[in-house]
Amino acid sequence: MTTTRHPASPGRRDFLRKSVFGGGALVLGYFAGGAGHAVAQIAKPATLADGAGFKPSAFIHIGSDGIVTLVSKQPEIGQGIKTSLPMVIAEELEVSWKDVAIVQGDLDPAYGSQSAGGSRSTPTNYTEFQRLGATARTMLIAAAASNWGVPVAECHAADSAVHHRPTGRKLGYGALAATAATLPVPDAKDVVLKDPKDYKLLGKRIGGVDNPAVVTGKPLFGIDVKLPGMLYAVYEKSPAFGGKVVSANLDAIKALPGVRDAFVIEGGSDLRGLLPGVAIVAESTWAAYSARRQLKVSWDEGQVATESWSGYAARAAELAKLPGAAVLRKDGDPVGALAAAAKTVEAAYSYPFISHASIEPQNATAWFHDDIVELWAPTQNPATGQNLVSSTLGIPKEKITLHITRSGGGFGRRLSADYIVEAAAIAQRVKAPVKLTWSREDDLRHDHFRAGGFHFLRGGVDAKGKLVAWHNHFVTFANSVVRDGKASLQTGSGGSLGGDEFPGRWVENCLLEQTPIECGVPMGPWRAPGSNVFAWVFHSFIDELAHAAGRDPLDFRLELLGERDVVPGTGERGVPYNVSRMKGVLREVARRADWGRKKLARGQGQGIAFHFSHLGYVAQVADVSVSKDGVLKVDRVVVAVDIGARIVNPSGADNQVQGSVIDALGALMYQELDIERGRIVQSNFHDYPMIRIGDAPPRIDVHYLETDYPVTGLGEPAFPPLAPAVCNAIFAATGHRVRQLPLSRTDLRWS
Amino acid sequence: MTKYVLNINGAAQTVDVVPDTPLLWVLRDTLELVGTKFGCGAGHCGACTVHLNGVPTRSCMTPVSTVGRKQVTTIEGLDARGTHPLQRAWQELDVPQCGYCQAGQIMTAAALLQENPNPTDEEIEGALAGNLCRCATYLRIRAGVRRAAELAKEERSA
Ligand code: FES
Ligand code: FES
Repeated sequence: MTTTRHPASPGRRDFLRKSVFGGGALVLGYFAGGAGHAVAQIAKPATLADGAGFKPSAFIHIGSDGIVTLVSKQPEIGQGIKTSLPMVIAEELEVSWKDVAIVQGDLDPAYGSQSAGGSRSTPTNYTEFQRLGATARTMLIAAAASNWGVPVAECHAADSAVHHRPTGRKLGYGALAATAATLPVPDAKDVVLKDPKDYKLLGKRIGGVDNPAVVTGKPLFGIDVKLPGMLYAVYEKSPAFGGKVVSANLDAIKALPGVRDAFVIEGGSDLRGLLPGVAIVAESTWAAYSARRQLKVSWDEGQVATESWSGYAARAAELAKLPGAAVLRKDGDPVGALAAAAKTVEAAYSYPFISHASIEPQNATAWFHDDIVELWAPTQNPATGQNLVSSTLGIPKEKITLHITRSGGGFGRRLSADYIVEAAAIAQRVKAPVKLTWSREDDLRHDHFRAGGFHFLRGGVDAKGKLVAWHNHFVTFANSVVRDGKASLQTGSGGSLGGDEFPGRWVENCLLEQTPIECGVPMGPWRAPGSNVFAWVFHSFIDELAHAAGRDPLDFRLELLGERDVVPGTGERGVPYNVSRMKGVLREVARRADWGRKKLARGQGQGIAFHFSHLGYVAQVADVSVSKDGVLKVDRVVVAVDIGARIVNPSGADNQVQGSVIDALGALMYQELDIERGRIVQSNFHDYPMIRIGDAPPRIDVHYLETDYPVTGLGEPAFPPLAPAVCNAIFAATGHRVRQLPLSRTDLRWS
Repeated sequence: MTKYVLNINGAAQTVDVVPDTPLLWVLRDTLELVGTKFGCGAGHCGACTVHLNGVPTRSCMTPVSTVGRKQVTTIEGLDARGTHPLQRAWQELDVPQCGYCQAGQIMTAAALLQENPNPTDEEIEGALAGNLCRCATYLRIRAGVRRAAELAKEERSA
C-alpha cells in the first residue's frame, strides 16, 4: 500500500528562511544566519573561531563543495541524539550519510528548545526535522529542474544529487546549492514526505558520529576545554548541605605555589543554585587541588547538621501510622474492600538517596571579556545555565553565550546548572578564562540526588484471585523553598507520586496518600525520575499479591490491565495510558522469554514487570540464578519495547536499552548513599560502588514492536521495569522478597 | 617546579612541573593530550589508563617524578593512524555511548590483547574489571574486544 503524506503546515510562517553565503550555499532553518561553524569548535572561543563573533543558526547548510552540514541542537550526553536526529533530516533530504558533517549548535533561541531530558528530544523534533529535510529536497529538485528547463515531475533526488529520469542527467547538491538558495520556500502542501518504505537511512544501524574522535582521544567534552591564558579553579562547599562560610585561611592559600587567587563566594540558599563556598584559582588543575588540601574553612552548617538517614527512616515509620498529609487518589471503598478481601498482603518498601555519578565530573569554563560572558559546559539544559547565571550574577541573557560541549554522561544531573553558575561566579572575579573542575568527591557529595523514599502498602485479592484493593502511603522528601516571601514544601524531583501512577485507575478500591519529610538534601531528576523506583515498588508488590492469590504473575497482570483500549488520564495534565500497547509488549516479552514454559531448578527463577514512562511502553523478563550462599547472577534479560512507528537508529536504540538495563541493575545491586549530620558519608567509587563488567548479564535481548504511533524517545523508559523483573525472579528462585534497596540489604541465601 | 624529559607517544617532551603532579594532569593540562580522562583521581575508575612500557597504569596515581625514562603511551599514540584493531572494532560495533570512559577501556584492552591475543570472556572481564563505564556499554565492550582480536588475527595473517 502506498500512502502520500503531506507534512503539517508550519506553525510559524518564518520557520523556514534562507540566505546565500559563502559563495552560493543553501541554508535552511528557523532563522538562517550565516556560515557553517568550524566543526572542531570545542577549544576555540567564538570570537577567535570566526573573527566576527558570528553564530551559526541554521540546521542545514549545503556548500558548493557538496558537503552537507547539519546542526545538532540538543546536547549529546551519550543518548546518541547527535546521530539520530540529523539522520531524520538526512533521510528526507536524500543525502548520503557519508556526505554529511554534523556540528553541535550553541545555545541559541533560533533552535527552539535545546533541553535533553525526559526522553523528549526525539518526539518534539521528529516531525519538524522531517519537514526541514523534505523542504530542502524540494527546493534542490526545483533548482535542478529550472537549470535543465524540464518539469519538476521528471526529476527526483537520491544520493545527494537530483536526477532527470528521461535523460539520465544528474546534478550534485553542491552544484545546485547556489540556485536553490535563490528560490522561494515552497508551501507546506507542496512538500511531500517520503514513503517510509523508501527509507534508506532511518532504521539502519548507524555508528555515533563522534566515534572516530572518541576512540582517538580528541577533545570533545567540557573538561577538555582549553583557552589561551586559562586558569583552573576548585570550589569548596560546606560538607553539610548549604552551610555558610564563617572564615577561611585565604592568605595561607594565596601564598601557595601556583595559586593566583582564593576568595569566598557568599552564595545563596537555593540548594540548586549558587551555594556559599571558597574558590581557589590556580595555574593548573593540580595546583588548585594541592592548595585545596591546605584549605581550612569554618562553616556555619545550620539546621541541616541534625539530619541523618536513620533519623528520616525513624520518622517515616512514625508517619506510616498516621493518615497521609495528602490524598492523591481515592476510588471506591479501600478500607472496606481490604477488610472484605479473601487475602491481604501488607509490606513496607524503601530505597536510599543515590547519586548520578556521571563519569565526567561536573565542570564548566567561563570567560568574562568584551562586556560579555562566554561559557562552555557539558549540560543537558543549556537554557537553565544561562538563566541561572543571568539571575544570580545580574547579567542580561543577551550577554551570556553558552557553548554546549559533549557530556560524559548525564542521567539528569546536568539538567541542573549549579556548576555552571559557580564557574561564572569565580570567573567574574578573575581577568582570564577559568575552568572549574569538580573532584569526584565534590560530585558525589554535592549532587542533586535521587530522593530516597518509603512506601507502606496494603493490597487485597478476592476469592477468585483478582486484585480488588490497593493502599499506598508514600513517605517522601521535600525541601523548604521560599517564593515571594512565603515558604512552602517542594518534593524532590521524582519524589511525588501522581494519582494516576499504575495501578491507580485500575483497581476499583484504591487509596494513594503521600507525606513529605522536610529535609535539607538537594534533589534533582535522575534517569526516569519517579519511575526508576515506583516501578520497582509497585511491580514487586503486584507480584506479592499474585503469589498470595496463587496466580501466574503474567496472567494476574494481564487481568489487571483489563480489556479497555486506552485509559484516559485524570485531570488536565493526565497522560492517557494505552492498554493495548502495554499488553502488546507484555505478550511479546512473555513469548520471547518462554515465560512459564521453562523447567527451572531451585535457585533459578524468572520475573516479569512492565512500565509506561516517557511515552514508552516497556516490559521485561529477567532470568536469574541465585547461589545457595546468596550470590545473584542475572543470566538473561528480555526486553520488549513499543516507542512507536520507527526505531530511528537501531544501534543507538540497543545501546540505550542495554545501557538502561545494566544501569538499573547497578542501581538495584549497589547504589546507596548514607547521610549523617547533614552530609553524605561516601566519597568516591570505593565506598560508592557502581556496576562493573563482570555483573553485566551475558545476554540482553531487545525486541521492538513497531506500532502505528508517533515516534518517541528511549533514553529512560527501558530503565524502570528491570529492578522489579529481577526482584520478582529472585523471589521465584529463592522465596526471598526484596523490599529494600540496594540488594546487599537483603540476605538471599537459601538451603 | 622541576624539569622532566618524558617519553610520550614516542617523542621526548620537556615539562616543568611540581614533582608530585600526577601524570594525568601533566598530560591534560601541560601537554594538552586530553584523551586521557579524569574520573575519580583515586585509582577506582580506570578512565585515566595509559601504558607505561606497555603496562596499563592509572595515570592519576602516577606522580610525574616516578615516570623517568619509561615509554608513556596514551590513546592519542596507541596507533599512528587511529586504526588499532580496538579502535576499528569500537567503531564497527558502535561501542561508545557518552564515550568518556572509552579511552581507558581501549588502553586496558590493548594491553590485554598484547599479552593474550585470544582472550576468553572471563579473561576480558578480569582485565577490564577496573574500568567503570557509567553508561554501561559493557556488552559491546566485551564484543568489541573479541572483534578486535579477530581483526588483529586477520592483520597478522594478511
Ligand atoms: S581517574 Fe584514575 S582511576 Fe579514576
Ligand atoms: S560510554 Fe559513557 S562512561 Fe562509558
